[in-house]
Amino acid sequence: MSSAPSTPAPAPSAGAPATPSGAPAATGSPFADVTASDAALRRYLHGLPGVDAVGLEARAAALGTRSIKTTAKAYAIDLAISMIDLTTLEGADTPGKVRSLCAKGISPDPTDRTAPKVAAICVYPDMVATAREALAGSGIHVASVATAFPAGRTALPVKLADTRDAVAAGADEIDMVIDRGAFLAGRYMAVFEEIRAVREACVRPDGSAAHLKVIFENGELSTYDNIRRASWLAMLAGADFIKTSTGKVAVNATPPNTLLMLEAVRDFRAATGTQIGVKPAGGIRTSKDAIKYLVLVNETAGANWLSPDWFRFGASSLLNDLLMQRQKLSTGRYSGPDYVTVD
Amino acid sequence: MTRETPQVTGGTGAAAGTGPAKAFAYAPAPESRAIVDIAPSYGLFVDGEFRDASDGKVFKTVSPASEEVLSEVAQASAEDVDTAVRAARAAHAEWAALPGAERAKYLFRIARIVQERARELAVLETLDNGKPIRETRDADLPLIAAHFFYYAGWADKLPHAGFGPDPRPLGVAAQVIPWNFPLLMLAWKIAPALATGNTVVLKPAETTPLSALFFADICRQAGLPRGVVNIVTGAGPTGAALVAHPDVDKVAFTGSTAVGKEIARTVAGTRKRLTLELGGKGANIVFDDAPIDQAVEGIVNGIYFNGGQVCCAGSRLLVQESVQDELLDALKRRLATLRIGDPLDKNTDVGAINSAEQLARITELTRAGEAEGAERWSPACELPSTGYWFAPTVFTNVTQAHRIAREEIFGPVLSVLTFRTPDEAVAKANNTPYGLSAGVWTEKGSRILKMAQQLRAGVIWSNTFNKFDPTSPFGGYQESGFGREGGRHGLEAYLDV
Repeated sequence: MSSAPSTPAPAPSAGAPATPSGAPAATGSPFADVTASDAALRRYLHGLPGVDAVGLEARAAALGTRSIKTTAKAYAIDLAISMIDLTTLEGADTPGKVRSLCAKGISPDPTDRTAPKVAAICVYPDMVATAREALAGSGIHVASVATAFPAGRTALPVKLADTRDAVAAGADEIDMVIDRGAFLAGRYMAVFEEIRAVREACVRPDGSAAHLKVIFENGELSTYDNIRRASWLAMLAGADFIKTSTGKVAVNATPPNTLLMLEAVRDFRAATGTQIGVKPAGGIRTSKDAIKYLVLVNETAGANWLSPDWFRFGASSLLNDLLMQRQKLSTGRYSGPDYVTVD
Repeated sequence: MTRETPQVTGGTGAAAGTGPAKAFAYAPAPESRAIVDIAPSYGLFVDGEFRDASDGKVFKTVSPASEEVLSEVAQASAEDVDTAVRAARAAHAEWAALPGAERAKYLFRIARIVQERARELAVLETLDNGKPIRETRDADLPLIAAHFFYYAGWADKLPHAGFGPDPRPLGVAAQVIPWNFPLLMLAWKIAPALATGNTVVLKPAETTPLSALFFADICRQAGLPRGVVNIVTGAGPTGAALVAHPDVDKVAFTGSTAVGKEIARTVAGTRKRLTLELGGKGANIVFDDAPIDQAVEGIVNGIYFNGGQVCCAGSRLLVQESVQDELLDALKRRLATLRIGDPLDKNTDVGAINSAEQLARITELTRAGEAEGAERWSPACELPSTGYWFAPTVFTNVTQAHRIAREEIFGPVLSVLTFRTPDEAVAKANNTPYGLSAGVWTEKGSRILKMAQQLRAGVIWSNTFNKFDPTSPFGGYQESGFGREGGRHGLEAYLDV
């Protein structure tokens, strides 16, 4: 994954000024004053434009009716494969399973070596070293869920130790969960400072840092307004990516909540010049679903986000459906699940 | 049968940047025309049969997106209109005497056939009208079926509709409908008329007659008794003859205010009942606490839905000064992603303008806007070289005194005005001879209710725009007409109450 953009690309709008009224255009900390105190942070987050649930869902549904065919579909399928954080997050994970998943990530379709490799393999911290070794030289990143994933209900020193452990074991990317309890209680500064602290813990001895993905668990945040506030909070705190969910609750990524987060990263870039990535996770299983998400990216944040550097799918079973659709496009026939590997 | 209309996109604005990824270029995804079988010529539908015009006159109907001639249609003379009205009169006694539940059966049957043939009708409507298949498929057709279902439900419950224990039908209804929603307007007119026991002579617009003629076929398929629904095609003179026919009991018109006034003059002093649904210049009011992203979608849906060829379009954007820049930036960014081109392509957002005449009127009014000092903006987009096209347009620096703030443009042209206080917003919104629709965008519930009380418009949407439902009455104030269609109120226009 490339590092955060040092020279922000031009604003996506055609001819329109890049910044909303009042927001300074330069990078740096245009929002220093809003993070000065808990009260200031609350005032800022509650001052963000509201989200009308009906309108948001209608927009996501309308974009879901885009018809993506032939060349566009082939492009979308390969792009989606290259954006996958191929994930196994089970208590029963074994080194063998992780190695098997890594092999699949490197060469997703043994019958067709033109299939792109995935973006990252996502595992628990104790499996990072195994994955690191299995992926050596492949260019695929190792992502690890740290900070007491998925509930995040441990003391901060434990979360930081978890993070440092994963980074030390060779994780390129850390997926952290926010403290939903603190967020829902309105203790935004506590969440802000925790993200800051984890970000510090991502720094390696050589001064480089693992990329930080901040997981909101949208299903537990419960309202769209909260998701927008969480997005801005995480971006202000220095997240490299914002991620919908852990995949461990009833409601994970949905097109509307991902659309909302895409609006947030688009607006954040317009205001600060800093581009942040988005990762929907949980429940995205079919090519059709994945393509709908890519349409959301294309028409909301724009083509600048159509890259594994800026958009990821957190998924375990999506890859096989993409491969089967890919085989169908190249052969004209639909082969079925026995023609792709189980893991 | 294929037709090559280039799919031109608005350039997916963001793709224009120097981002790391190439643009996601959607491949053309045209809906097949093979599903609809358009005959080379159509007659008038009178007394259950298609027949030629008495003087043999015909006119052509073209596809606005390609200027291709789709079919030839009979042009009804005054004599043909008379024949049709006689047929409707002859059928009336028996139709009105049927128990409501029996009439309901026919209406339910029509509704189901419309659903079964939805794809065919959507393609036909897109060919004839020029609006995107996305709209005919996802908006028009579901609403058309819903209207027939809804009024089918009323047919046997008329004594409970609040118009007395035994409301009677009026008799023969003369209905004249416009070209912007050809089949939907037909449904709005015919469904309540039949449910209440009236018979109908309907004249579709001369640029979009085909879906009404297909509907005639649906009436036959449903076994509707002869003469209950009659379709006469033709231009203004045909409509005038129909409205003026002495044996018509009720006139219902949707269309321009100028024609509406003419009809009102014709009908004045006769015993005929009249409802008019005319033009509008809807205000879409965005307060500074609005959900901005959804407001942008609502503005787009308000004025670029059906290319702005909607009587209740939100053609005047009233935005609170404090969020003007933010909102306009967001709106322009959004407009750059609108996809303009082949209406049959499932990915097209904005289709063709319905006719050369309409395009000329839009062009004339936008020139006036520039001449009067308003600032014009359109996203970078290439328009197809054949057919009638107009790029989505935004005018800023518009004042109440500009023509583009007062006259109905009936095209994809938005005029942006600003306000500082809610009172000013109400004053500006109401300062129009029209009064069909308005929209209010705010997160504050109490403000929505207060604005709704003060705004003079038949429909007021809050945090949405251009949403329709058969249960909801629709109609206007002042020069937007009188009478209501839809809902329980829509029955009143066809009952002797």
